[in-house]
Amino acid sequence: MTTTDTPPAAGATSAASLNPRRRTFKPNTRHIPVLATLVLLALMYGGGIANYEKFGQPSVFVNLFRDNAVLLVVAVGMTFVIITGGIDLSVGAVISLTTTLTATLLQGGWPPLVVLVLVLLLGSLIGAGQGAVIHFFKVEPFIATLAGLFLARGLALFINQSSIPIRDETWKAISQYRIPLADGVVTKPIALIAIAAVLIAAAVLAWTRFGRNVYAIGGNADSALLMGLPVGRTRIAVYTLSGFCAALGGVLFSINSTSGWALQGSGLELDAIAACVIGGVLLTGGSGYVFGALLGVLVTGLIQTIINFQGDLNPAWTRIIVGVLLFGFIVMQRLVTRRAK
Amino acid sequence: MAEQSPVLEMTGIRKVFPGVVALDGVDFRLYPGEIHALMGENGAGKSTLIKVLTGVYDIDGGDITLAGAPVRINGPLQAQQAGISTVYQEVNLCTNLSVAENIFIGREPRRFGRIQWGLMRRRAAELLARLDLDLDVSAPLSTYSLAIQQMVAIARAVDISARVLILDEPTSSLDTSEVAQLFAVMRRLKDEGVAILFVSHFLDQIYEVSDRLTVLRNGQLIGEYRTAALPQVQLVEKMIGKELAVLSDVEDEAQSSREKAAEASPVIEARGLGRSGAIAPFDLTIHAGEVVGLAGLLGSGRTELARLLFGADRADQGELSIDGRPVTLRSPQLAMKKGIAFSSENRRTEGIIGDLSVRENIILALQASRGWTRPIPRRRQDEIVEKYIKALQIRPADPERPVRNLSGGNQQKVLLARWLITEPRLLIIDEPTRGIDVGAKAEIQKLVAELSGGGMAVLFVSAELEEVLRLSHKIEVLRDRRLVEELENTDGVDADRIMQTIASGATS
Repeated sequence: MTTTDTPPAAGATSAASLNPRRRTFKPNTRHIPVLATLVLLALMYGGGIANYEKFGQPSVFVNLFRDNAVLLVVAVGMTFVIITGGIDLSVGAVISLTTTLTATLLQGGWPPLVVLVLVLLLGSLIGAGQGAVIHFFKVEPFIATLAGLFLARGLALFINQSSIPIRDETWKAISQYRIPLADGVVTKPIALIAIAAVLIAAAVLAWTRFGRNVYAIGGNADSALLMGLPVGRTRIAVYTLSGFCAALGGVLFSINSTSGWALQGSGLELDAIAACVIGGVLLTGGSGYVFGALLGVLVTGLIQTIINFQGDLNPAWTRIIVGVLLFGFIVMQRLVTRRAK
Repeated sequence: MAEQSPVLEMTGIRKVFPGVVALDGVDFRLYPGEIHALMGENGAGKSTLIKVLTGVYDIDGGDITLAGAPVRINGPLQAQQAGISTVYQEVNLCTNLSVAENIFIGREPRRFGRIQWGLMRRRAAELLARLDLDLDVSAPLSTYSLAIQQMVAIARAVDISARVLILDEPTSSLDTSEVAQLFAVMRRLKDEGVAILFVSHFLDQIYEVSDRLTVLRNGQLIGEYRTAALPQVQLVEKMIGKELAVLSDVEDEAQSSREKAAEASPVIEARGLGRSGAIAPFDLTIHAGEVVGLAGLLGSGRTELARLLFGADRADQGELSIDGRPVTLRSPQLAMKKGIAFSSENRRTEGIIGDLSVRENIILALQASRGWTRPIPRRRQDEIVEKYIKALQIRPADPERPVRNLSGGNQQKVLLARWLITEPRLLIIDEPTRGIDVGAKAEIQKLVAELSGGGMAVLFVSAELEEVLRLSHKIEVLRDRRLVEELENTDGVDADRIMQTIASGATS
């Protein structure tokens, strides 16, 4: 069991007297990683504005959402999974399967709406299957979703190994549609969809029983079971949700590139996990916010933007910096949780 | 109370596990507004009965009626819905969630599917106030002590269903004032008409708080009594049956070996041995065949002293000699080579490896001392293990069973066996009898007496003075990380005398 380093609160009075101290010193240890990421983001943004002439233009910031819409949607699903203490390695492969299938079906003349519903269902189904294997056979999430990764990627390559262009009018229309936000600032529908996903997910986590059960399972799954919470159902639902998000990400991908390709989204699962961790979602489960994952995605996106602005830097720097940040944030999480205990 | 009808009635409950009848026709009644203690040794069937009540186990026979209506309990959730809530020894809450959430999770007040946090916090605060607890309900549970967490668990249980509350060893990790607070909460709930089933190893607590008690032994019902009408000695007799005689045997054995020990040669001798911050320099001599008891309060330096003698911590001053030759114990391995064995106080975290079998756990230390290049042949292993399972009466006597499925007392015996097969000359045992029942305690004490009779030197660490007095030839009293007095255990020495020393620290 967890031991606290607060002095043993023997009576109600001493327990009550602890409260003011905790309030003034550490508002909430759970917020520290998110706040740190927010500070980092602000520093990077400020640094960008100071160094590059056009960095301060609103379009630079707005484009972060457009360029990282897929990653954002996938990270939302990943956040749920990681909060339960699990991991989902299959999301990148589900994206490639979704884009390939979408492109193939659209080229085959299927109605766009049917294709959309079908691929979203398929993604959810793959997720639900993984969740069921994890729950009923007590398989480690790492292994179960690794199997899902191979399966989905294999299926995608089986359908078609090369890039398939999408000529469907609806897809092209959505791809070319621009939403004016302000003077000279426009964004794409996919960015709004990603933001909507973040908002809905945040509300679900904070205000629904399902959301709270996700936290409870991550905190202590055995306790959650003894408290009568639907652990199995919630766990399967979380992987289903992650599968759905991955499929949605795949759809966004196919819209953005008006093509489908079986090698699309390779390694994206790792980018999503990295974004979650940088955003303060604890890999051990039980703690984290969708808002944090959003910040994590923005941080990685901003690194890329800065490198583009610099112009003469090797793009590999993005990965190097993300690697360094990951180390830093994992160590920080460790310190924060250790102090909380 | 006799006029009332029981809220819970279990008749002829039978539960069979492969090879064992865990419950054999047990009756149990629980009235509203009473605290009812369930008594019995480890393995008597208490846990099984509780698991039947909470729906973890299905029964093989018998009837359960709740408030007059027959019920069949199929799972923890269903037990809750039927009005039976349980609080376990290990707090089963999620410490990452807030106090209020821990009370209400799964039952949060909602409006259009949205959790009403404000209402939830208010109701949590009201509920806790009813139990005289003033907590910050929006703080994570992890910021509070184990005792408070336990009360939060009780608050949750009570709020879910106020009919039957099962408290399974809730006091085992609480200190005295925390226990008092828990009892206050229990009495308050009892006054509200809640029926409470209480399990504890501490007889004093049973007598302080319970109204009636039911005794089980070997899966059978021994009887149901009014606590006030049953003297403690009789209760113990009913719990352990005829084995009570063992305890007086132990004392005789200890007496007879006492004379022998005096003339034996010293096995280990410490002169001014100490470690700053852990234990002040002390002198200590232990002879072959001698039992030396370490007495003192929790945190007085008992374990620290023992760890120095085993090399688990390094002494930074003083000298140590074994068989008259000076040694520096740099590591436990070296100590083991010199014939010193140390059985740790935390059998769960430092001793027993739950997933390994009884055989593997017993063979562990011997194998380690031989090195992995010279594995012990399987046939030899089986011989050794069988011998010790028999000698220490480890139950169930199945060498291939994972240790985690054994009761606390039997795990302790496995741990002892592990060190005994290395044939140590000095055996250090730290709190071997903590958290185990009276019968197993007596067996372990008897074993210690026999070992010293056979010439082994024993350093016996225990928080229970009675036990130290019964076994030891010599008692070292510790206070504030200092060895304050050495007492020969003669007839003039009793618990009062030792407590006086612990309390005053003065050498009289």
